Amino acid sequence: MKIHEYQAKELFRNAGVAVPNGIPAFTVDEAVEAAKKLQAGGAKGFVVKAQIHAGGRGKGGGVKIAKTLEEVKPLAEKILGMNLVTHQTGPEGKLVQRLFIEEATPPKTEMYLSLILDRDRSCVSILASAEGGMDIEELAEKSPEKILTLPVDPGLGWQAFHSRKLASFLGLTLDMKSPSRMFQQLHNFMDRLYAMFVEKDCSILEINPLALVGEGADEKLMALDGKINFDSNALARHPDIQKLQDPSEEDPAELEAAKWDLNFISLDGNIGCMVNGAGLAMSTMDIIQHYGGEPANFLDVGGGATAEKVTEAFKLITKDPKVKAIFVNIFGGIMKCDTIAEGVIAATKQVGLTLPLVVRLEGTNVEKGREMLANSGLKITPATSMDDGAKKVVAAMKEGN
Amino acid sequence: MAVLVNNDSRIITQGITGKTGLFHSVQCRDYTREKGAKVVGGVTPGRGGQSVEGFPVWDSVAEAVEKEGANVSMIFVPPFGAADAILEAVDAGIELVVAITEGIPVLDMLKVKEYLAKTNALRKADGKNIIRLIGPNCPGIITPNQAKIGIMPGYIHKVGSVGIVSRSGTLTYEAVHQTSALGMGQSTCIGIGGDPVKGMEFIDCLELFNNDEQTESVVMIGEIGGTAEEEASAWIKANMKKPVAGFIAGVTAPPGRRMGHAGAIISGGSGTAESKMKAMREAGIAVAKTPGEMGTTLQALLKERGMA
Repeated sequence: MKIHEYQAKELFRNAGVAVPNGIPAFTVDEAVEAAKKLQAGGAKGFVVKAQIHAGGRGKGGGVKIAKTLEEVKPLAEKILGMNLVTHQTGPEGKLVQRLFIEEATPPKTEMYLSLILDRDRSCVSILASAEGGMDIEELAEKSPEKILTLPVDPGLGWQAFHSRKLASFLGLTLDMKSPSRMFQQLHNFMDRLYAMFVEKDCSILEINPLALVGEGADEKLMALDGKINFDSNALARHPDIQKLQDPSEEDPAELEAAKWDLNFISLDGNIGCMVNGAGLAMSTMDIIQHYGGEPANFLDVGGGATAEKVTEAFKLITKDPKVKAIFVNIFGGIMKCDTIAEGVIAATKQVGLTLPLVVRLEGTNVEKGREMLANSGLKITPATSMDDGAKKVVAAMKEGN
Repeated sequence: MAVLVNNDSRIITQGITGKTGLFHSVQCRDYTREKGAKVVGGVTPGRGGQSVEGFPVWDSVAEAVEKEGANVSMIFVPPFGAADAILEAVDAGIELVVAITEGIPVLDMLKVKEYLAKTNALRKADGKNIIRLIGPNCPGIITPNQAKIGIMPGYIHKVGSVGIVSRSGTLTYEAVHQTSALGMGQSTCIGIGGDPVKGMEFIDCLELFNNDEQTESVVMIGEIGGTAEEEASAWIKANMKKPVAGFIAGVTAPPGRRMGHAGAIISGGSGTAESKMKAMREAGIAVAKTPGEMGTTLQALLKERGMA
């Protein structure tokens, strides 16, 4: 699950990680009020930032600087409600419904920092670069030597020697007596950030830019942006994080699917799929394409599906107007074929399905399942194998078109 | 011979009093009711001394080891307690831990891997066998007619010569079904699971199959994401004495989307189906074009090598 920048920064602030002062706003009036409050707190200028779950907001015109309080209103009016197009939103863009009004903190130096769950090393790894503000994937491609990868032993956690390695790489001082106590700032920043990452079960945390602001003794290390993804497996033990979900950022069909514990992803094709198991679901998409069709979705009904769950899965597939034919491909392990058959029959009746339906069942109680389908009086094309089923559903789709 | 599990396996279920754990404990017991591995009981802390469906319940894994000589544990504990259950099994010296549970937080698994590595380093120094973890989020392991430890439908398996190792549960069943239908049967089938941080990897399993007399050929089933298939291909090229057929799921998956398995996500151009299939072909692995052709692809390879 992803959250907005202002929510990430709130988490940073609560963890003791330095961020500029800022207040979220849902209306233009709230934006002006927020700027007034920041001014009362000493802010000289403001940044008006669109809050959407996508990078590249600045380039797309979603981040603007207001030098005075008066400039905040017209900028807020312009950005709130705009359709923001960035390289991450796709050409259709994203409607801006929330703003973040922040105290302007011009960076002296921009760096890059991220923490990731590193599957290859089985630990949390830190990625850092002295060159911030730009696209990290681009940097990784062009000059990988400019990126430091620092794996952290899970049993050890963040240590001072990690901070020294990081400081050296970023060109920050190791002198404990520097006027701004920069090394201590960095160590506290990292120590707290790492602890928060682990405590909140994050999967990716990105700060781009990580900035130096101010001069001399007032020099500060600050997170000027913040992106966090959370491990969805762990969400149930973090009700505070769950509350941060913005439903308007999610695909409605995928949200509905999540309610029923179904794994659903919308795609562009016209053959609806219902499969058990992620690997089988992916290769069902592959085999449909192999025989000249295009899948309309990825749908894994999972291990412990009930007839009710299968019915909901069917409703989801048929809600998509692009769908011209449906392929049900089930290899029952935990899931029994008669349960699937029961669900298919119930759902077909309930949604009054008229689309061609190809069903391939295999596994526990397969005979019973096939018999139930055959005796249901419904127009269901049985398939004997995955190949057979894929060919039949592609043919049915072509006939229907 | 087969690998890891056989007639002598003494199995317990952690989380045996849960609905799913109990259902599958009964299924596993029934699979080898006549002869073969025994499901000797289960563990649910606080329920020690009770019995369910004829299975004795203990409070701890250590007790099951002491009383029944348990050497395999099948884990059905719910996600937030599952990592702790694995740690307990490792601590008790269970040599094979099979974690079926889906949805264990990744950070919990980091602790498990750390502890497992430390424990195994000590065991090696003491000259003991290392502890193996299969999964989590996997269907388990089966040696046909000898031991079923997991949620796979037992009846599709036949005793034979094909070793199967897979990241995907239901795709494993496909490969089993096809190799059974072609009369080849299986030595042992290992579902290593779809999670990014897990126990045994492809190479660990391939190494066992390579040294197993019963195994004459191998089917390796991978999917997009990560680099395990590429690493396994390099290992096969350098070490494997037996023919290998393979398949990769997710050719058509759009980049950046998580397809159910946390592992199945492509990012930054690596871990694509194309790069995996290329590495596999270069290692001499016969790659099936569709999941429906895993069995026939292996059969053709065996014919080509004069083995069928």
